[in-house]
Amino acid sequence: MLDKKMSCKHLEGICAALDKNEHYQKFKAYRDKVLALGNDSLEKTIAIAVSLCLVCAVLVSFAAVALKPLQVNNKEADMKKNILDVAGLLEEGADINAAFAEKIEAKIVDLETGDYVENINANEYDQRKAAKDPAQSVAIPKEKDIAHIRVKAKYAKVFLVKEGGAIKSIILPMHGYGLWSTLYGFLSLDPDGQTVQSINFYDQAETPGLGGEVVNPNWRALWKGKKVYAESDQPALEKGLITEADIGEPALSLIKGVVDNTKPGSQYQVDGLAGASLTSNGVTNLVRYWMSNEGFAPYLKKVRTVKGVKS
Amino acid sequence: MSAVLNDETKKVLTTPLVNDNPITLQVLGICSALAVTSQMSTSLIMALALTLVTAFSSAAISAIRNHIPSSIRIIVQMTIIASLVIVVDQILKAFAYEVSKQLSVFVGLIITNCIVMGRAEGYAMKNPPLESFMDGIGNGLGYSLILIIVAFFRETLGSGKLLGIEVFKLAKDGGWYDPNGLMLLPPSAFFIIGLIIWGVRQWKPNQVEKVEFKIMSIAHGEGGHH
Repeated sequence: MLDKKMSCKHLEGICAALDKNEHYQKFKAYRDKVLALGNDSLEKTIAIAVSLCLVCAVLVSFAAVALKPLQVNNKEADMKKNILDVAGLLEEGADINAAFAEKIEAKIVDLETGDYVENINANEYDQRKAAKDPAQSVAIPKEKDIAHIRVKAKYAKVFLVKEGGAIKSIILPMHGYGLWSTLYGFLSLDPDGQTVQSINFYDQAETPGLGGEVVNPNWRALWKGKKVYAESDQPALEKGLITEADIGEPALSLIKGVVDNTKPGSQYQVDGLAGASLTSNGVTNLVRYWMSNEGFAPYLKKVRTVKGVKS
Repeated sequence: MSAVLNDETKKVLTTPLVNDNPITLQVLGICSALAVTSQMSTSLIMALALTLVTAFSSAAISAIRNHIPSSIRIIVQMTIIASLVIVVDQILKAFAYEVSKQLSVFVGLIITNCIVMGRAEGYAMKNPPLESFMDGIGNGLGYSLILIIVAFFRETLGSGKLLGIEVFKLAKDGGWYDPNGLMLLPPSAFFIIGLIIWGVRQWKPNQVEKVEFKIMSIAHGEGGHH
C-alpha cells in the first residue's frame, strides 16, 4: 500500500512538473487541436499515423529488449542440451550448464587446413553468424554444393568430449537443405573419426511425422556404429556397392527401406525416413558434404593420424 | 457471472462458438488451422496466441476507433495487430522456447489471419472497447474449439499420440497401430474441417448458405432465356 501511495505521489509530482513545462503545454494544445479535427483531414491522418507508429514501436522494442536475455539463454541452453544429447551425456534433470562446462570443450577448426585456430575464443564464436559474414565465409562452388547451403564459414566450431585427457567423442556441426528447411545438427564420432556415435538435429522445419522424424530417438539410434568413410572392403567392392575411387570418400547414406545389417556395405547405410525421400536425400547430402574435403575431412584425417592436430 | 456479463457480452462470447464460428461458418483462418494442427500442443498455444491477439487488438482498435482516419484505416489496424503479434512471438520465445520452435513462422502469420482483421473491421470499429475485447475472446475461443477438435484427430490418428503421450502403440514400436501418414499432412485438416462444417450444418440447417444460382435442367435450359 505504501508503495502505491509513494508511486502516486511520484506520478503527481511528475504531472505537476509536466504541467509547468512549456513544451508539454504546447504538445497538449496540439493534441487537442488534432483530435478536434475531422478524421479525414490530411493533418490528422499524418498525426495519427506518426503517433501510432511511435506507440507501437515503443511497445515492440520494449518487448524485444526486455525479453532478449531470456531468449538468448533459451537458445544457448537448447544448443548445449543438443550437444550433450548427441554425446550421450544428457541426463534428465541434471544442470545442463554445469554438465556442459564439465565435460565438453569447444574448439575452432580451420576447415581448409584442418588445424585448430587458437586466436579465436571458441566459446564466443558463432559459426552460423560467421557463415553470413562475407569476411568470415567462403562461397561454395556450385558443383560441390551438394548440401545446398551456398556459403560456409571458414572456421567451424567443433566440440570434444574428453575423459582423462583422451578424446572420447568428436562432435561436428553440420547443416544442409532438406525438403522445406535447412537442417542444423551435430554428428558425434568416435576418436577414430570414422565410426558414428550419434546424430541429432536441433533446428529443422521438415514435415512433422515424416521428414520431421529426423529427431525421433528410435531412428537416431540406427546411426550408432555406422561408418562414415568407405574402407577397402572386399565384399562391398565385389558387390559394386563402392568402387576403388570411393575409398576414403564419405560413403554413408540413407537408403529406401530397411537396412539388412548382414549384407556387405550395410555399415555405410541407414534406414531412410518413411514417406520422406527428399528429407532423407537431404540428410545424406549434408552428411556427405560435411564429411568431405569441403568439410571436416582434413580435420578428421589429422585427428585419426597419431600426429594429432596442430594448434 | 450474470452480474458481471451483460447480455451483449454474453452474446459476443458465446455465438462465435457454434452459431457464428469463424472457421465453420465464416470459413476464415483456414491457413493456420491446416498448418499447426498436426499436434495438440502447438494447436493449444496457437489458439491461445490468436485469442489474446484478437482480444487485445480489438480492444485497442475500438479504443481509438473514433479517431482513425478512414483512408488509413486498414493500415492502422494492421500496425496494431502486427505489434501485438511480435510481442506474443517474443514472449513465446522467452517462456515457451520448445513450442515456439515448433510453431516457427505461424505465430508471425497471425498478422495475416483473417479472423483478427475480420473482428477489427467488422466489430471493433463500431463497438466500445470492453465489448470488442470480449468479442475477440469469443471468436478466439470459436477458432480454438475447431483447432482442438482437428488436432485431436490428426495427432491421435497420425502419430498415435495425444499431447505427445502415446495412446495407440505404433506398429513400428511393436504395437498394433499403423499410423495414417495423411493425417500429418495439411490436406487432412481440409477433410476434417469439411466434415465438421457438414456436421454443424446438419445440426443447424439455418447455417446452410442460400443457393446463389441453380443449374438448370436441359429441358428447362432450352427455353430458359427470353
